[in-house]
Amino acid sequence: MLAELGLASLEALAASVVPADILLPQEIADEGLPAPCGEAEALAELEAIAARNQVRRSLIGLGYHGTATPALIQRHVLENPAWYTAYTPYQAEISQGRLEALLNFQTLISELTGLPIANASLLDEATAAAEAMALSRAVCKRPAASRYLVDEQVLPQTLAVLQTRAEPVGISLELVDASALAADPAAAAAELAVPDVFGLLLQLPATSGLLWDPAPLLAQARAAGVIATVAIDPLAQVLLAPVGELGASIAIGSAQRLGVPMMAGGPHAAFFATEEAYKRQIPGRLVGQSLDAEGRPALRLALQTREQHIRRDKATSNICTAQVLLAVMASFYAVHHGPEGLAAIARRIVTLRAALAAGLAQVGLAPEAGAGFDTLRLVTPRAPELLQRAAAAGFNLRPGSGNGELAISLDELSTPAELEALLNALAPDGASAAAACAACSAALDHAENPLAGLPLRQRPWLQQRVFHQYRSETELLRYIQRLVSKDLSLVHGMIPLGSCTMKLNAAAELAPVSWPAFAQLHPFAPAEQLAGYAQLSQQLEAWLAAITGFAAVSLQPNAGSQGEYAGLLVIRAWHNSRGQGHRDVCLIPTSAHGTNPASAVMAGLRVVPVACDEAGNVDLADLEAKASEHADQLAALMVTYPSTHGVFEPQIRRICALVHERGGQVYLDGANLNAQVGLCKPGLYGADVCHLNLHKTFCIPHGGGGPGVGPIAVAAHLAPLLPGRDLGIGPVSAAPWGSAGILPISWMYIRMMGGRGLRTASCVALLAANLVARRLEPHYPVLFKGEGGWVAHECILDLRPLQRSAGLVVDDLAKRLMDYGFHAPTVSWPVAGTVMVEPTESESLAELDRFCSAMTAIRAEAEAIAEGHSDPANNPLKRAPHTLAAVSADVWDRPYSRSQAAFPAGSDQQASKFWPAVARIDNAYGDRNLVCTCPTVEELAQPLPLAS
Amino acid sequence: MALSFPADCRYADSHETARRDGELVRIGLSAFAIEQLGDIVFVELPEIGAALKAGSSFGSVESVKAVEDLLAPVGGVVEARNEAVLASPEELQNDPYGEGWLLLVRPGDPAEFDALMDAATYGGKVQA
Repeated sequence: MLAELGLASLEALAASVVPADILLPQEIADEGLPAPCGEAEALAELEAIAARNQVRRSLIGLGYHGTATPALIQRHVLENPAWYTAYTPYQAEISQGRLEALLNFQTLISELTGLPIANASLLDEATAAAEAMALSRAVCKRPAASRYLVDEQVLPQTLAVLQTRAEPVGISLELVDASALAADPAAAAAELAVPDVFGLLLQLPATSGLLWDPAPLLAQARAAGVIATVAIDPLAQVLLAPVGELGASIAIGSAQRLGVPMMAGGPHAAFFATEEAYKRQIPGRLVGQSLDAEGRPALRLALQTREQHIRRDKATSNICTAQVLLAVMASFYAVHHGPEGLAAIARRIVTLRAALAAGLAQVGLAPEAGAGFDTLRLVTPRAPELLQRAAAAGFNLRPGSGNGELAISLDELSTPAELEALLNALAPDGASAAAACAACSAALDHAENPLAGLPLRQRPWLQQRVFHQYRSETELLRYIQRLVSKDLSLVHGMIPLGSCTMKLNAAAELAPVSWPAFAQLHPFAPAEQLAGYAQLSQQLEAWLAAITGFAAVSLQPNAGSQGEYAGLLVIRAWHNSRGQGHRDVCLIPTSAHGTNPASAVMAGLRVVPVACDEAGNVDLADLEAKASEHADQLAALMVTYPSTHGVFEPQIRRICALVHERGGQVYLDGANLNAQVGLCKPGLYGADVCHLNLHKTFCIPHGGGGPGVGPIAVAAHLAPLLPGRDLGIGPVSAAPWGSAGILPISWMYIRMMGGRGLRTASCVALLAANLVARRLEPHYPVLFKGEGGWVAHECILDLRPLQRSAGLVVDDLAKRLMDYGFHAPTVSWPVAGTVMVEPTESESLAELDRFCSAMTAIRAEAEAIAEGHSDPANNPLKRAPHTLAAVSADVWDRPYSRSQAAFPAGSDQQASKFWPAVARIDNAYGDRNLVCTCPTVEELAQPLPLAS
Repeated sequence: MALSFPADCRYADSHETARRDGELVRIGLSAFAIEQLGDIVFVELPEIGAALKAGSSFGSVESVKAVEDLLAPVGGVVEARNEAVLASPEELQNDPYGEGWLLLVRPGDPAEFDALMDAATYGGKVQA
């Protein structure tokens, strides 16, 4: 590859591509990083760290519960690279598998909550609450309303994140005793009548465990024009009347306890459901149904225009990567259990809770009265002693805020034997323990209805076929396999998506995620039980700081968009701390990723765009002009480096200096870090904070659309302001370490690669991109290059000439690549009418050859159209992708052959052919006729008989 | 593809159109805007009686690939809105200068209409 490019070595390439004034020698780049090692050594080291975690039986609740992950879902979904190496399903024709799993998820949530529009997951329950707050304000008809009523029984981490998210956008939070208001309509009416109030957030069950009927309060809110959100527990909601039917406008929650391990806080899929009227304001991604070119139903991402990548600073939310893999797991959990199985699990928890209460009452520890789902609250001065006795028996119970109470939250894993063990631990002596156990058993045998008096679910639900057909493991195994077979992922071939860095997610990196010592920890367990996680994160933070040239790192943000948001909040807080809180202007190049302006608006900043010059670089003159014009209010510049155009802009030091000279801070978007790890460091060439995408550069798999992790690294002056520090901004995620459970992946990567390996990886990434650019340039103009004619780790190929000569659009190339067995590069971003190719360092020369051959062949197909040899409307590009059904039909009436359609790369392709499940999907039809849940039994011609 | 810009319409920088209809002004979108947007999937319009301010957003038009604010070419009060376009957004696409109108407005300041571009100026600007 080097020879083809006329280079002597990888170092020579690096010296040609990376500007000399920022390129670092190996020794400096290696500082603070380990020496490379093999898989076995790294795994052994990580095992020792994991061993410092202690797996106990955590009955803490607070949003995280034990759950029985079906072994099939663990092995065949969570641990299956065919699921976890897929990208977000933008190329829907080769993503029908996960799109269907997500449609099942949306259907589950919609059926659970009684609200018709449910999205394909949000990042966690706390940020889902913040999104509900934002949507409520956007749709509330009270002008300029800025007060949000929040149930004081909301989860503590939810309140903390709401506080973080409310302040920059001028929302004030008011805590209310919601259950008391529910009992006092006059007081409720008074609160809701205040014209400044736009919304109300309830938590049911309450954090204390209490369940109460929200219907009257929800009705009052609706009548007053106040938008009501209920944060629900999904298992409790199985038994209770859906909150949507009781009058809620929005329902949110976490799907963690539907089969996803606790993982010390995440990743988990949060859910968000709302009324039909708000479907265009809903944050995040929405899977919808449409038709393909052959008239069959096909799934796609619907209503994408509201998302950040299109709407930018007017987006409904900055969310990009969500939690798809975890939503897929939860959807299969529901498919496997069906409504009957879910109800049985929920009922068992309710019954066990009542039985435990009876046992505790027997020994003078009667819990707080009132209906509940899984949680008992004990008010007693003996709380500290009881917590200790439980701990000695292996149970983590939930301490209260003072020393006068504790709580116990049961879960799917709870059994009568567990209750006995608890009672034995908590009872003062053997005799009373025996009495307690007897009372408990008696209560189990003579179960009354503990939920009497609450509105319960009456009508059959979840009647769609998919929740009844796959109840046996054999059936579910085949359904899972059928779905994943429709999806193209890294197990098939290269996914050269520019700026996504679809590199190897090595098995050794992924393996520790499943270790119980990482997966079975509760995020709020006693600190000494999480010592392994503490060490892991400290080490990972130190390595990331070394790599970026910064002083400190926060691993809390659980997506790149959240990292951006946190980084901007840190900058704002710093300005505030110096009496410069009036600084609110954020300069953003027009080439920036859509999350940049969306995050800036959420952080309370005003976006001022900065132009790019013809070379695709930040226009220095425009930057200087805008920075000077707004110098007094300048808060920050957001810059991506290397640029989103794939170029190491030579003026980066000058860009940073221009901003600093006018009192602003430089935020560096680290999405393109894969070009510079081990070669140069943002902290050394002028940035003040950068975010990283661990799900790009650091090998966390993309999961089909999440999970992601977006840490921020900051310079020393900003370190005290990181979330969780003394002077720090508030939390941006529900859990202290964000998606802790997948941090081992990046730890393993850095540990094995070491400083030396990381530098080599970056060099090879640059090499691969430059090879592709060189090979394809004769066929597709390479749009932007750095000095010397080199690109960084990605290149942009211009397809606009083909529009003029052959009437082709970018989508035609993207769909034709499917016939060749490839996922398209990034389409029409950052420049419309182009594709951006990032091969990464993980692809072999053979695979790069295969991709270049496909692109070259497609260029020839385009040329045939331009020269009039092919019909401009009826040719392999316009009619792509070609399904097996079309190619094997009895009638073939196209002016090109079947083999040209389906095997354009020749007979070699027959052994490895990937068939798109559907033909080209009609996007306009899907957005005009939104269908985002599975057809109901009524909607099908004939309901299938329920599985016996 | 040749786009048409009827001479009896006036045009805003932001591609909305205005045409006199008796004392009222009929507001729509130019063929250029339609072409740029692609397949229209949704249109959002204000209620009858709403007050419009020239240059401010009064709604939005959404295609598969973009959502754009609709900016009022002239200020005034909404007398009527095109329910057909709300029900079937394709109408806007198919006949922007006829059946695909958006709003009928009672204008406030006549000078605002006169300040808009004529067909020749607008045509020259977008097809340059």
